[in-house]
Amino acid sequence: MNPLRRTLLGAASALLLKPFAALAAWHKEAFGAKSAPDALKSLGIANAAPSQDVLIEAPQIAENGAVVPVEITSNVKGTTSILVLIDKNPFPLAGKFDFTEGALPFVKVNLKMGETSDVRVVAEAGGKHYFATREIKVTIGGCGG
Amino acid sequence: MAAGPMKMRATLGGGYTEVRVLMTHPMETGQRKDADGKLVPLHFIQNLTVKVNGRTVIEGQISQAVSRNPVFSFRLRGGAKGDKIEVTWLDNQGETNKTDTAVA
Repeated sequence: MNPLRRTLLGAASALLLKPFAALAAWHKEAFGAKSAPDALKSLGIANAAPSQDVLIEAPQIAENGAVVPVEITSNVKGTTSILVLIDKNPFPLAGKFDFTEGALPFVKVNLKMGETSDVRVVAEAGGKHYFATREIKVTIGGCGG
Repeated sequence: MAAGPMKMRATLGGGYTEVRVLMTHPMETGQRKDADGKLVPLHFIQNLTVKVNGRTVIEGQISQAVSRNPVFSFRLRGGAKGDKIEVTWLDNQGETNKTDTAVA
Protein backbone atom coordinates (compact mmCIF):
# COMPACT_ATOMS: atom_id res chain seq x y z
CA MET A 1 0.00 0.00 0.00
CA ASN A 2 1.38 3.36 -1.02
CA PRO A 3 1.09 5.84 1.88
CA LEU A 4 1.18 8.91 -0.39
CA ARG A 5 -1.68 7.49 -2.40
CA ARG A 6 -3.62 6.87 0.85
CA THR A 7 -3.08 10.49 1.93
CA LEU A 8 -4.22 11.80 -1.44
CA LEU A 9 -7.26 9.54 -1.42
CA GLY A 10 -8.06 10.74 2.09
CA ALA A 11 -7.82 14.37 1.05
CA ALA A 12 -9.94 13.72 -2.04
CA SER A 13 -12.68 12.00 -0.07
CA ALA A 14 -12.65 14.79 2.51
CA LEU A 15 -13.40 17.22 -0.33
CA LEU A 16 -16.11 14.95 -1.68
CA LEU A 17 -17.70 14.67 1.74
CA LYS A 18 -17.93 18.41 2.16
CA PRO A 19 -21.43 18.73 0.68
CA PHE A 20 -22.64 16.68 3.62
CA ALA A 21 -21.10 18.90 6.27
CA ALA A 22 -24.38 20.80 6.57
CA LEU A 23 -26.43 17.62 6.78
CA ALA A 24 -27.94 16.29 9.93
CA ALA A 25 -25.59 13.52 11.00
CA TRP A 26 -26.85 9.95 10.77
CA HIS A 27 -28.75 9.28 14.00
CA LYS A 28 -26.59 6.50 15.38
CA GLU A 29 -28.56 6.00 18.57
CA ALA A 30 -31.98 5.71 16.91
CA PHE A 31 -30.71 3.44 14.12
CA GLY A 32 -28.85 1.31 16.67
CA ALA A 33 -31.94 0.81 18.86
CA LYS A 34 -33.13 -2.78 19.09
CA SER A 35 -36.83 -2.08 19.56
CA ALA A 36 -39.23 0.33 17.89
CA PRO A 37 -40.16 2.07 21.20
CA ASP A 38 -36.44 2.58 22.00
CA ALA A 39 -35.80 4.01 18.53
CA LEU A 40 -38.71 6.43 18.91
CA LYS A 41 -37.62 7.36 22.42
CA SER A 42 -34.12 8.27 21.26
CA LEU A 43 -35.71 10.56 18.68
CA GLY A 44 -37.75 12.22 21.41
CA ILE A 45 -41.07 10.79 20.27
CA ALA A 46 -43.22 9.71 23.20
CA ASN A 47 -46.91 9.88 22.39
CA ALA A 48 -47.69 9.46 18.73
CA ALA A 49 -51.40 9.30 17.93
CA PRO A 50 -52.88 6.75 15.54
CA SER A 51 -53.98 8.41 12.33
CA GLN A 52 -55.82 7.37 9.18
CA ASP A 53 -54.01 10.12 7.31
CA VAL A 54 -50.79 8.13 7.36
CA LEU A 55 -51.01 5.63 4.52
CA ILE A 56 -48.87 2.54 4.03
CA GLU A 57 -49.22 0.66 0.78
CA ALA A 58 -47.52 -2.70 0.75
CA PRO A 59 -48.21 -6.31 -0.17
CA GLN A 60 -50.01 -8.36 2.51
CA ILE A 61 -47.63 -11.20 1.88
CA ALA A 62 -44.06 -10.68 0.76
CA GLU A 63 -42.56 -13.84 -0.66
CA ASN A 64 -39.05 -12.46 -0.53
CA GLY A 65 -38.15 -10.54 2.63
CA ALA A 66 -35.09 -9.07 0.90
CA VAL A 67 -37.23 -6.85 -1.32
CA VAL A 68 -40.51 -5.64 0.14
CA PRO A 69 -41.90 -2.65 -1.73
CA VAL A 70 -43.46 -0.10 0.64
CA GLU A 71 -45.15 3.13 -0.41
CA ILE A 72 -45.79 5.76 2.24
CA THR A 73 -47.91 8.90 2.05
CA SER A 74 -48.76 11.31 4.81
CA ASN A 75 -51.93 13.31 4.32
CA VAL A 76 -51.40 15.01 7.68
CA LYS A 77 -51.19 18.73 6.91
CA GLY A 78 -47.74 20.22 7.37
CA THR A 79 -45.87 16.91 7.54
CA THR A 80 -42.15 17.63 7.75
CA SER A 81 -40.77 14.19 8.49
CA ILE A 82 -41.59 10.52 8.01
CA LEU A 83 -40.09 7.63 9.98
CA VAL A 84 -40.26 4.01 8.88
CA LEU A 85 -39.81 1.21 11.39
CA ILE A 86 -40.03 -2.55 11.02
CA ASP A 87 -40.93 -3.73 14.50
CA LYS A 88 -39.35 -7.18 14.34
CA ASN A 89 -36.16 -6.38 12.46
CA PRO A 90 -32.98 -6.58 14.60
CA PHE A 91 -32.68 -2.80 14.20
CA PRO A 92 -36.24 -1.59 13.60
CA LEU A 93 -35.61 1.96 12.35
CA ALA A 94 -35.23 1.70 8.56
CA GLY A 95 -35.42 5.32 7.51
CA LYS A 96 -36.11 8.92 8.38
CA PHE A 97 -37.05 11.32 5.63
CA ASP A 98 -37.23 15.08 6.18
CA PHE A 99 -39.23 17.10 3.69
CA THR A 100 -39.20 20.83 3.06
CA GLU A 101 -42.05 22.66 1.36
CA GLY A 102 -40.67 21.70 -2.01
CA ALA A 103 -41.48 18.03 -1.57
CA LEU A 104 -44.63 16.02 -0.89
CA PRO A 105 -44.46 13.77 2.21
CA PHE A 106 -44.23 10.65 0.11
CA VAL A 107 -41.63 7.95 -0.34
CA LYS A 108 -41.53 4.59 -2.03
CA VAL A 109 -38.71 2.23 -1.20
CA ASN A 110 -37.86 -1.47 -1.05
CA LEU A 111 -37.12 -2.75 2.43
CA LYS A 112 -35.63 -5.89 3.94
CA MET A 113 -37.69 -7.77 6.50
CA GLY A 114 -36.29 -10.60 8.60
CA GLU A 115 -39.71 -12.05 9.42
CA THR A 116 -43.43 -11.25 9.44
CA SER A 117 -43.80 -7.93 11.21
CA ASP A 118 -45.73 -4.74 11.62
CA VAL A 119 -44.37 -1.89 9.57
CA ARG A 120 -44.81 1.30 11.54
CA VAL A 121 -44.79 4.76 9.99
CA VAL A 122 -44.62 7.90 12.11
CA ALA A 123 -45.28 11.30 10.54
CA GLU A 124 -44.26 14.53 12.23
CA ALA A 125 -46.31 17.68 11.69
CA GLY A 126 -46.19 20.85 13.76
CA GLY A 127 -44.22 19.14 16.51
CA LYS A 128 -46.85 16.39 16.88
CA HIS A 129 -46.57 12.78 15.82
CA TYR A 130 -49.04 10.54 14.04
CA PHE A 131 -48.62 6.88 13.22
CA ALA A 132 -50.04 3.97 11.30
CA THR A 133 -49.04 0.31 11.23
CA ARG A 134 -49.51 -2.44 8.75
CA GLU A 135 -48.63 -6.09 9.05
CA ILE A 136 -46.64 -7.66 6.23
CA LYS A 137 -46.27 -11.42 6.21
CA VAL A 138 -42.87 -12.63 5.06
CA THR A 139 -42.35 -16.09 3.58
CA ILE A 140 -38.52 -16.00 3.32
CA GLY A 141 -36.60 -13.56 5.52
CA GLY A 142 -34.17 -11.13 3.95
CA CYS A 143 -31.63 -10.16 6.56
CA GLY A 144 -29.12 -12.98 6.88
CA GLY A 145 -28.64 -15.88 4.47
CA MET B 1 -19.90 -5.94 -4.80
CA ALA B 2 -18.83 -2.34 -4.69
CA ALA B 3 -21.00 0.71 -4.97
CA GLY B 4 -21.57 1.79 -8.56
CA PRO B 5 -23.46 4.07 -10.88
CA MET B 6 -26.83 5.71 -10.28
CA LYS B 7 -29.79 6.12 -12.58
CA MET B 8 -32.51 8.71 -12.27
CA ARG B 9 -35.65 9.78 -14.04
CA ALA B 10 -37.80 12.82 -13.23
CA THR B 11 -41.17 13.27 -14.90
CA LEU B 12 -44.03 15.72 -14.48
CA GLY B 13 -47.14 14.17 -12.95
CA GLY B 14 -50.42 15.81 -11.98
CA GLY B 15 -49.21 18.79 -9.94
CA TYR B 16 -46.00 17.14 -8.89
CA THR B 17 -42.73 15.87 -10.24
CA GLU B 18 -42.07 12.17 -9.75
CA VAL B 19 -38.41 11.36 -9.15
CA ARG B 20 -37.28 7.77 -9.39
CA VAL B 21 -33.68 7.10 -8.51
CA LEU B 22 -31.65 3.90 -8.45
CA MET B 23 -28.44 3.62 -6.49
CA THR B 24 -26.08 0.72 -7.09
CA HIS B 25 -25.03 -0.38 -3.63
CA PRO B 26 -24.63 -3.73 -1.81
CA MET B 27 -26.44 -2.53 1.36
CA GLU B 28 -24.71 -5.20 3.43
CA THR B 29 -26.42 -5.87 6.76
CA GLY B 30 -23.33 -7.20 8.49
CA GLN B 31 -25.22 -10.46 9.09
CA ARG B 32 -24.65 -12.17 5.79
CA LYS B 33 -21.84 -14.69 5.34
CA ASP B 34 -19.76 -15.03 2.19
CA ALA B 35 -18.88 -18.32 0.44
CA ASP B 36 -16.06 -18.92 2.97
CA GLY B 37 -18.42 -18.52 5.91
CA LYS B 38 -16.99 -15.15 6.91
CA LEU B 39 -19.31 -12.30 7.87
CA VAL B 40 -19.53 -9.62 5.20
CA PRO B 41 -18.93 -6.29 6.98
CA LEU B 42 -21.71 -3.74 7.39
CA HIS B 43 -21.75 -1.51 4.31
CA PHE B 44 -24.79 0.63 3.61
CA ILE B 45 -25.95 4.06 2.54
CA GLN B 46 -26.68 6.31 5.51
CA ASN B 47 -27.54 9.70 4.06
CA LEU B 48 -29.20 10.91 0.90
CA THR B 49 -30.27 14.33 -0.32
CA VAL B 50 -32.56 15.46 -3.10
CA LYS B 51 -32.04 18.95 -4.50
CA VAL B 52 -34.08 20.93 -7.00
CA ASN B 53 -32.18 23.68 -8.80
CA GLY B 54 -29.61 23.63 -6.00
CA ARG B 55 -32.15 23.81 -3.14
CA THR B 56 -32.42 20.84 -0.76
CA VAL B 57 -35.99 19.49 -0.60
CA ILE B 58 -35.53 16.04 0.95
CA GLU B 59 -32.95 14.75 3.40
CA GLY B 60 -33.05 11.06 4.17
CA GLN B 61 -31.25 8.90 6.71
CA ILE B 62 -31.55 5.19 6.11
CA SER B 63 -30.40 1.92 7.63
CA GLN B 64 -29.14 -1.40 6.31
CA ALA B 65 -32.81 -2.48 6.12
CA VAL B 66 -33.15 -0.81 2.73
CA SER B 67 -32.82 -3.42 -0.02
CA ARG B 68 -29.70 -3.94 -2.13
CA ASN B 69 -29.46 -1.50 -5.05
CA PRO B 70 -31.98 0.88 -3.50
CA VAL B 71 -34.69 2.41 -5.67
CA PHE B 72 -36.51 5.41 -4.25
CA SER B 73 -39.50 7.31 -5.55
CA PHE B 74 -40.10 10.83 -4.30
CA ARG B 75 -42.64 13.47 -5.26
CA LEU B 76 -41.73 17.13 -5.52
CA ARG B 77 -44.29 19.88 -5.44
CA GLY B 78 -44.96 21.51 -8.81
CA GLY B 79 -41.95 21.60 -11.05
CA ALA B 80 -41.30 22.51 -14.65
CA LYS B 81 -39.61 20.93 -17.61
CA GLY B 82 -35.86 21.44 -17.35
CA ASP B 83 -35.68 21.78 -13.55
CA LYS B 84 -32.42 20.28 -12.37
CA ILE B 85 -32.81 17.42 -9.90
CA GLU B 86 -29.71 16.26 -8.04
CA VAL B 87 -29.45 13.25 -5.72
CA THR B 88 -26.42 12.49 -3.55
CA TRP B 89 -25.70 9.61 -1.17
CA LEU B 90 -23.09 8.88 1.47
CA ASP B 91 -22.43 5.47 3.02
CA ASN B 92 -20.98 4.26 6.33
CA GLN B 93 -17.56 3.70 4.76
CA GLY B 94 -17.34 7.27 3.45
CA GLU B 95 -18.14 6.39 -0.15
CA THR B 96 -20.35 8.87 -1.92
CA ASN B 97 -21.95 9.34 -5.31
CA LYS B 98 -24.31 11.70 -7.05
CA THR B 99 -26.32 12.06 -10.19
CA ASP B 100 -28.45 14.74 -11.77
CA THR B 101 -31.10 14.97 -14.42
CA ALA B 102 -33.46 17.51 -15.93
CA VAL B 103 -37.21 17.13 -15.45
CA ALA B 104 -38.74 15.72 -18.65
